[in-house]
Amino acid sequence: MAPSAYLWLLLGAAYFLIPLVSTLLFSLKSNTTGKCCTAANYGWVIHNGDFWHTLKISFLLALETIVISLAIFVPTIYWVHLKVPKLRAVIAFFALIPFVVPPIVMVVGLLKVFKGTPDWFYAQPWGFLAGAYVILAFPYMFFSLDAGFRAIDVHTLTEASQSLGARWTTTLVRVILPNIRAAALAGAFLTLAIVMGEFTIANLAAFHTFPIFIQYVNETQGFPAGALTLMSFGITWAAMLSLLFVGRRRGARAAIVAGAR
Amino acid sequence: MATLPFFAYTALFLFLPAGSVLIGAFQAKGQGYTLENVRTLFHHPYIDAFKTSIEISLVTALLGGLLGLLIAYAAIRDGTPRWIRSALTTFSGVAANFGGIPLAFAFIATLGPLGIVTVFLRNHGWDPTQHGFNLFSKTGVELAYLYFQLPLMILVIAPAVDGLRKEWREASANLGASQWQFWRYVGVPVLMPSLLGAIILLFGNAFAAYATAYSLTSGAVNLVPILIGAYYSGNVLDNPHLAQAMAFGMFVVLAVMMLIYIPLQRRAARWAK
Repeated sequence: MAPSAYLWLLLGAAYFLIPLVSTLLFSLKSNTTGKCCTAANYGWVIHNGDFWHTLKISFLLALETIVISLAIFVPTIYWVHLKVPKLRAVIAFFALIPFVVPPIVMVVGLLKVFKGTPDWFYAQPWGFLAGAYVILAFPYMFFSLDAGFRAIDVHTLTEASQSLGARWTTTLVRVILPNIRAAALAGAFLTLAIVMGEFTIANLAAFHTFPIFIQYVNETQGFPAGALTLMSFGITWAAMLSLLFVGRRRGARAAIVAGAR
Repeated sequence: MATLPFFAYTALFLFLPAGSVLIGAFQAKGQGYTLENVRTLFHHPYIDAFKTSIEISLVTALLGGLLGLLIAYAAIRDGTPRWIRSALTTFSGVAANFGGIPLAFAFIATLGPLGIVTVFLRNHGWDPTQHGFNLFSKTGVELAYLYFQLPLMILVIAPAVDGLRKEWREASANLGASQWQFWRYVGVPVLMPSLLGAIILLFGNAFAAYATAYSLTSGAVNLVPILIGAYYSGNVLDNPHLAQAMAFGMFVVLAVMMLIYIPLQRRAARWAK
């Protein structure tokens, strides 16, 4: 190995590991004496009702977002691959727009458009927030699923299924879906990672999700915030490693998340 | 038919809000249309926010781009064991997603006034806060942004670095070229479109960021997203159309970046296998 290669890799490793190690050491300090080492901060987090409450909200929001975006994208991409391949470019372009319109811009428009809509939608995370998160998930869902559909022979599978007398819904649910499972899972894990970390829209629209709770703890509690930060990194790690794990299977592919900045 | 839900959803949750920002930016507070909101963007404090946002995005895109390229090259070049490369791409895939609130706190725990590294240096006789370092500043934000910019660069540029074929290096060496000449006449020109494209991507990534800077500086650094956010949480501005004009301004900057990015992407694809 060349000496300069060593230098750059070591510099990179130091830059990435030092904040992680520092956060770990920070999280082990006692909240009263400031000395190392105690697990009390982790206990504080685990015994905090708001922690579980907001974690649950964010997790259910992620599930809702995943279900809605799969329900929108699976039939759409299936139909496009089967009947109207020309439309693929249009859908790819639309699905990419959330990259050019960042969450901070999007939330300004969403708040303006949906202000005055009924409370069951506007004042509920399950309404307004989930609606916005499906848009954030667009690029990741589209490119995961599109890659999945490209890897299978949509025409042959559909014809085989229909010549055996299956209806459209049966074909979609019992033939196509199992074949794109890996791609759907990849899209789902990416969406999970985005929703669990999304702060911008939740903050501006005043919803109490998991990242809002982390920010609140950051402002009010020194050392427990370190423990909470590491735990939330753990969630991202788990989602991304699951993604890499399903990515090894056919039809799925890793992508880059940019939703939580 | 089966595509209808998709188009309906896009219209309702994407085009309608985007369009309303576009129109709102040109609406007067009472009634009618005006250029006043957009004109106000060119005055203090809005123009300064755009300048700071663009500066931070540019610095972290260039620095992240350069360092990311060097690290990616160090991991991919001949002689580096293969496991380093796969470890780096796996780690980058995860680290590119370390953003927002937790990232800000990781830097507070490291370089904040009571951070582990700050305290360590202070105990060894060199206090960074005495030497003009302040984490809750522009420099601090840039330092934190690099944490997601670098891995993103590594992920984006790795395929292009991979495309630098060994044969080109051998051919230029056989023709008597030095290391410097290889980079000057072969390496850099081949990588240039990918490199510029990646830097633009990084720029957009930093420009759109809100949570990290918000959490790190509690709004002390004047960025466009922070100003927009301040309107919705604290009613700093009395004219909602000004927030919409700022959002419109961000959109214009990002759209220009996209217009530069697409042709570069096409050129970069030329060298892909």
